[in-house]
Amino acid sequence: MARKDDVTLFREDGTRLDGRRPDEMRPIKMEVGVLDNADGSALVEFGRTKVLAAVYGPREPVQKYIVIPDKAVLRVRYHMAPFSTSERKSPAPSRREVELSKVIREALEPVVLTDQFPRTAIDIFIEVLQADGGTRTTGLTAASLALADAGIPMRALVGGVAVGKIQGRLVLDIDEVEDNYAEADMPVGAAPDIGLITLFQINGVMTREEVMKGLDMALEAINRIVEMEKEVLKSKYMKVEV
Amino acid sequence: MAKGRRIVAPGEQLPPDTTGPEEYLVDHGGWKSPATLGILDERDGKHVFIPLQGVYMPRKGDIVIGLITGQGIVNWFVDINSPYQAILTVQDFLGRPFNPMTDDMSKLLRVGDYVKAQIQAFDRTRNPTLTVQGEGLGRIVEGKIVEVLPSRIPRIIGKKHSMINMISEETGCEIYAAVNGRIHLKCPNEDSEAIAILAIKKIERETHTVGLTERVKKLIEEEKKVRGV
Amino acid sequence: MSMTPFRVPVVPTLKKEAFISLYRKGMRIDDRDLFTPRKIEIETGVIEKAEGSALVKLGNTKVLAGVKIEVGTPFKDTPNQGVLTVHAEFVPLASPVFEPGPPDENAIELARVIDRSLREVGAVDLESLVIREGEKVWIVWVDLYVIDHDGNLFDASMLAAMAALRTAKLPDYEEYETGEIEVLKDKSQGPLKINHTVVTVTTAKVGDYIIVDPTLDEETIADSRMVVAIDEQGRIAGLQKTGEAGYTREEIQKVFNISQGAAKVYFKSLEEALARKG
Repeated sequence: MARKDDVTLFREDGTRLDGRRPDEMRPIKMEVGVLDNADGSALVEFGRTKVLAAVYGPREPVQKYIVIPDKAVLRVRYHMAPFSTSERKSPAPSRREVELSKVIREALEPVVLTDQFPRTAIDIFIEVLQADGGTRTTGLTAASLALADAGIPMRALVGGVAVGKIQGRLVLDIDEVEDNYAEADMPVGAAPDIGLITLFQINGVMTREEVMKGLDMALEAINRIVEMEKEVLKSKYMKVEV
Repeated sequence: MAKGRRIVAPGEQLPPDTTGPEEYLVDHGGWKSPATLGILDERDGKHVFIPLQGVYMPRKGDIVIGLITGQGIVNWFVDINSPYQAILTVQDFLGRPFNPMTDDMSKLLRVGDYVKAQIQAFDRTRNPTLTVQGEGLGRIVEGKIVEVLPSRIPRIIGKKHSMINMISEETGCEIYAAVNGRIHLKCPNEDSEAIAILAIKKIERETHTVGLTERVKKLIEEEKKVRGV
Repeated sequence: MSMTPFRVPVVPTLKKEAFISLYRKGMRIDDRDLFTPRKIEIETGVIEKAEGSALVKLGNTKVLAGVKIEVGTPFKDTPNQGVLTVHAEFVPLASPVFEPGPPDENAIELARVIDRSLREVGAVDLESLVIREGEKVWIVWVDLYVIDHDGNLFDASMLAAMAALRTAKLPDYEEYETGEIEVLKDKSQGPLKINHTVVTVTTAKVGDYIIVDPTLDEETIADSRMVVAIDEQGRIAGLQKTGEAGYTREEIQKVFNISQGAAKVYFKSLEEALARKG
C-alpha cells in the first residue's frame, strides 16, 4: 500500500476522485419488501455498497431462556457475504462483525418500541452483499427500513452515514478508497425526528472542532436519508392509489 | 389520494388532536407520531390515525382462527398469527374433564387442523389460552382459510359489515373474517371461492384508498362474467 | 448475533432513585462529584515474565495488562511495520456475570476500542519493530485481564495497556547466517519505542445527567455510555457510543467537556506512576 502522503484523494478543483464535492453523498437507492419470507426487508445501496436487511418477529424465540419479562429482545446480526470484498472473506463471523452487530443493535434499541412485546424476540439480519465503505451505516439504514416494512412499532426512523477526514479535510460518505487513506472515519447514525444520535464512533484522530463539524455534516445528511426512507415506505402504498 | 387523507410514516409529526389506537401513537412529550405506516384521515376537522401495519396482539374475548401446531400432555399448541403461541386444553375442547386413559387426543384434533376459538385469557406474563366453548366455535371442517395482514381486517369487514356482506352476497360464499388476519370461506363452488379471494386480496392491497367498495364490486362482476358464474 | 442483554444485575429501584437524587445535588454515593474519576492506583512490572505489565485499580475495578513481544511476520500491506494486537479476557473470577468461554461481544468491543485508539494515534512506533523488512518483525501482544469488575473497564484497561507499553522492554536477538532469529529473552535492547500516550474517558448517561467513570451499579442503571479516547495533546483519538440509548447533540458537547477534564486526571496519575518507576 502506498503511504498516506504519497497519494492525493482530491482533484485540483477540490472535488474527490469520483467527482463528488466534499459534502456530497454517493447515489443512494432504497427498496423495501424485497424478500418474500421475511416479515420486513430492505435493500439499500450507497454507491457500490449494497446491503440487504431482513426482519423476523416479534416471535417467541426457540431458546426460551433468552426472553426479558417486560420487553422484546432485539437480536442483530451484521454479516459480510464472502464475495462482498476484493479478497474472499471467510463466512465465519469476525471480531469486527461481532462488534458491529452490537453497535448496530445499540443504534436501533432507542427507536424500537420493544416494551410492546414482552417475552419475544425481534430478529434483524443484515447481509453486506458488496462492501465499498460505509457498510455499517448503510446496514443501519437498511435495518430501519426493514423494521418499518415489518410494521414493528418505532419511535422514529434511523439512518446513517460516515464522515471521513482526508488530508485534513472533512468529507461526507467516504468510500473504501477514501477510507483506506483517511486520517479518521466517523460513522454516525441518528433519528432526526427525535433529535437523537444513536450510533457514534470515531476511528482516528480529530480535534474536537472537527468532530462537531463532521457530526453536523452527518446529521444534515441523515435528515435527507430518513426523508428518503419515508418516501420509499409510502411509495409502496402510493402505487395502488386511484 | 382523496383530499384529507394521507399516508404517514414513523417519526412524522401528527396534528395534536390525532386519535387512534394507543399503541400505534407515540407520545414524545408535546407531540405525537405514528409508530407504523398508516393513514391520517381528516374528517370534519378531526384527525384519525389508522395503522396499515402491525401484528395481531391477542385480546380477551377475541374470536380467532388458530392452527394446531403441536400437542402437549393435556393441551394443544395453537398458532394464532401472533407473537404469542396460544394454548387450548383438551378439557376445554371436550367440555368435560379429560381422562388420558380413555380419551385419545389425536382423535380430537391433529396438527394442521384449524380451530375457531375465543381468547379466554391473556396478559403480558402468560401466553393466551383459548376456549372453543361457544356457538360456532370448534374445529373447522370445511372451506378454505385465507391469510391477510391483521390490520386489514376492519376494512375487509367494512362499516357495519358492508364490505364483507357485499362480497358474500355477490359470490354466495359464507365468510368469517377473524381479527387475527385469517378469513374462513365456505363457497358454493371453486369459481366463487376464487372470486372472493381476489376481492379480499384487493382490499388488503388497497385498504388505504377511497371508493374501494365500488371497485371491489366491479371486480367481482367482471370476474363473474369472465368465469360465467 | 448481538442480543439485548437479558441477564443483567438487578439494581433496586430505590437505589436508582437515590443515585439520581444525589446527581441532582451534584453528588454521588461514593462522595464524588459527577466529573471526577475514582481513586487510581497504577503498579507496573507486576509480571516479571512479561516484557511489560501493569496492574491498574480504578476504585474497585482491577485490570491487569501484560505485554508479550515475539518475532513474527508482518502484514502483507505493511512490510515495514511491526504488529500490535490487543486482546481482552473477562475472566470469570472477576464478576458473577462473567461466564467462562471465548470472549463475548463486550470483551471483543473493549479490545477493539483499545486497539484502535492505540493504533490511530500511533502510540507504539511500529516502524521501530522491523527486524528484516517484509520478513521478520516484532509482534507486540497486549493482553488485558479484567480481574475485578466494578464498572468502567474501558478506562482501567487503557491505563493498564498504556502503563504496560510504556514500561515494556524490547528483547534482544541474535541473527544466524541461516537467517534464523533467536530471541534472547533475558537480554533487552532497550525500551519499546512509544510515540504517543492516549487515555480513554468513559461517561455514563443516566437520565439527564452525564457522569464520569461509572461504577458497576451506575453502569447498570445508565441509559448509555460514551468512551472517548484522548491523546496527550487533547485531541480526540477515538470514540465509541456503547449502550442502548441515544444522545442529543448538546449531550455530546457535554460529554466532550467532561471527558477532556477527566483525561487530565488520568494523564496525571499515569505520568506520576511512571515517574515513580524511574
